[in-house]
Amino acid sequence: MRKKKQKPIRGQDGLLTASPFLLPSFIGLAVFSLLPIVISFFLSLTDWNGLDRIAEAGFFAEHFVGLDNYKAILGGEEFWRVLLNTLVYIVLYIPLMLVCSLAVAYLLSRERRGVTAFRIIYYIPVLTSWVAASMIWKSMLSPQYGAVNNILAIFGITGPGWLLDENWAMPAIVLVSVWKDMGFFGLILLSGMVGINKSYYEAASLDGAGAWQRFWKITLPLMTPAIFYVLIVSLINAFQLFPQIMIMTDGGPNGATQVMVERIYKYGFRYYRMGYAAAFSWLLFIIIMLCTWLQMKGQKKWVNYDT
Amino acid sequence: MKKRALAILAACLSLLMVLSACGGGGTDPTPANTDPATSGGDVASEPVTITYCNFNASGGNEETLQRMYEAFHEEYPNITVEIETIAMDDYFTQLQTRIVGGTAPDCFEMNIENFAAYAGMGALAPIEGVDLSGMDETALSAFTVDGVQYGLPGNFSNVVLVYNKDLFDQANLEYPTSDWTQEDVQKAAEAIRALGDDIYGYYQPLTYNEFYKACAQFGGSLLNEDKTEFTINSPENVAAAQMMADRVLVTNVQPTAEQMGGMGDWDLFMSGRLGMIPTGIWAFNTFAEGCDFAWDIAVEPGMEQKATHFFSNACVVNEASENKEAAMTWITWLCSSPTAAEIRIEAGWDLPAINDEEVLSSYLDLTPPDNREAVFESLDYLVVPPVIEDYALMSDIIGQQLEAAAAGTVTVQEALDAAQAQCEAQITLG
Repeated sequence: MRKKKQKPIRGQDGLLTASPFLLPSFIGLAVFSLLPIVISFFLSLTDWNGLDRIAEAGFFAEHFVGLDNYKAILGGEEFWRVLLNTLVYIVLYIPLMLVCSLAVAYLLSRERRGVTAFRIIYYIPVLTSWVAASMIWKSMLSPQYGAVNNILAIFGITGPGWLLDENWAMPAIVLVSVWKDMGFFGLILLSGMVGINKSYYEAASLDGAGAWQRFWKITLPLMTPAIFYVLIVSLINAFQLFPQIMIMTDGGPNGATQVMVERIYKYGFRYYRMGYAAAFSWLLFIIIMLCTWLQMKGQKKWVNYDT
Repeated sequence: MKKRALAILAACLSLLMVLSACGGGGTDPTPANTDPATSGGDVASEPVTITYCNFNASGGNEETLQRMYEAFHEEYPNITVEIETIAMDDYFTQLQTRIVGGTAPDCFEMNIENFAAYAGMGALAPIEGVDLSGMDETALSAFTVDGVQYGLPGNFSNVVLVYNKDLFDQANLEYPTSDWTQEDVQKAAEAIRALGDDIYGYYQPLTYNEFYKACAQFGGSLLNEDKTEFTINSPENVAAAQMMADRVLVTNVQPTAEQMGGMGDWDLFMSGRLGMIPTGIWAFNTFAEGCDFAWDIAVEPGMEQKATHFFSNACVVNEASENKEAAMTWITWLCSSPTAAEIRIEAGWDLPAINDEEVLSSYLDLTPPDNREAVFESLDYLVVPPVIEDYALMSDIIGQQLEAAAAGTVTVQEALDAAQAQCEAQITLG
């Protein structure tokens, strides 16, 4: 009898017992996430300006525009241009971030002199607020007076106009984002790296595999679950690119760094077209869902779960 | 078992609905809590408390505003004003949320960019039953929509031409006068540019704000007279933008973005490497402290006609307020009473938009600049921003195209044609 009581509670009974404990956080989730999501869908079918009282009776009937917002967005040139800008960011950001994070993870896993200092330093960018980091980078990237171009000048390189140059603004944003994120993703990759059974390396060494071969044939394949996680999370984050853009370029120069969330914010809170902005954010959601779904489907081909 | 779990989930959900519904109902100002005695009653007899939100006092003038309120409260002991000062960055997001939520203040401050949008959406109450005779007419006219006054100008500033006297002396040039045109500016700017590789003649960036003013100087405008059509790419406007772009790209009397290298325009002037800059009168204190050379001001030169900027923030009354009368009494006092104006000038905050020259005269005693009369002389040439409901969208579209023209990636004509097309496609004029 006693033994039976201590048995972990499974199934529906478990849910029943757990619900009082889950309720407080569920209420938070429902009020601040689920409900707004549902409401935003209905708002995306209206021409709400962001100021009218939506709680008033007859609001929906008066402002209902059907799928007009979606048609206007997809039929316009702006959405596709902004999507392309976002994709440029993703294509530049993800590979670079992955390589840098791998390097961070590798350095963290070594037992060498100075690793303690590195272990403290590498995480500082992650802990810095995006606002503070963006402001500092903005001044560091100033073409004539900024630190970056002056350091480049020491080596005889004339640095570009960075945030002021249409072609260099997005790469500059990518570099700053990689600097900011590599510590976090490096930490996740590190956990995948240290989880690998040491005996594989011993066996490989006995067979005469060099460091490079061990990395390609053992470390990398066995880290694929961690890499997969990093790819999913970083892709979703990349689509939601926002604070660094708002502070460093505000979408400029000449719209070169206008991205999805920047547009959503501007339409909602600057141009008073909340319905349009809601439709824009639902399109963003669909794109992110599709990409994540594709990644999930694709993982069977390359993610290796037997460590 | 499964059924029971679902039932519990359903119960939780319905509880949630009830909870959120209660919350929503609570903030709803239902007719029941509108007391007819206070809303329709005489302001002088019934003590009322109103709330006033503003951004302009934040960052240094909170106490000035408080002093103004204390003076007001002595005159109107029955009206208590709770003042909330919110920094500009958060102000409009907060205000928007509070208007939708029904908890907006009784009266608040609006900038010119957002004013028409709020008025057009019916969020603002028409200003009625107060005496506006002491206020500047141009400033008042900036806050009307279809002839209805929706806001009172609480303050104003304008733009004058600030010039570096030392550089003018070095180049053997006569100082600018109020008769100057843009052609005189160009000649002087070229002479000053010749003084050195990193010395520039003039700085007026090709931005939306500078552009609509230059258009007015060339006799153009962004909208036709009754604001039913865009006229962004009119020949006058193209000429205006072409002049501004050429100063950067052709004669280079004005630095390019790269030559500026992220330096601010005021910093460039204060470094002594810039001959002339049309800029706001709010620069005076900074320039007085930061310039180690002689400088003065003149009325900004025009072309076909003179035109200078007018910036103003409005005090408005919330349409949903239950104490409109008290709110209007307070903002009218704040914007037009000599007492408030004196406190404002004394604190060096900004200029009150009143027409009482005696009160304004104390402003002239402050130096530098010596030629402070130019500030008032400029009032004859004020251009009001082309206020429409979609002001922010229009200014962003035009601004972005001008940026491309300033960088030289498209011609001025192409940029303005594109701006015209985009505005026509995205904005319906009322």
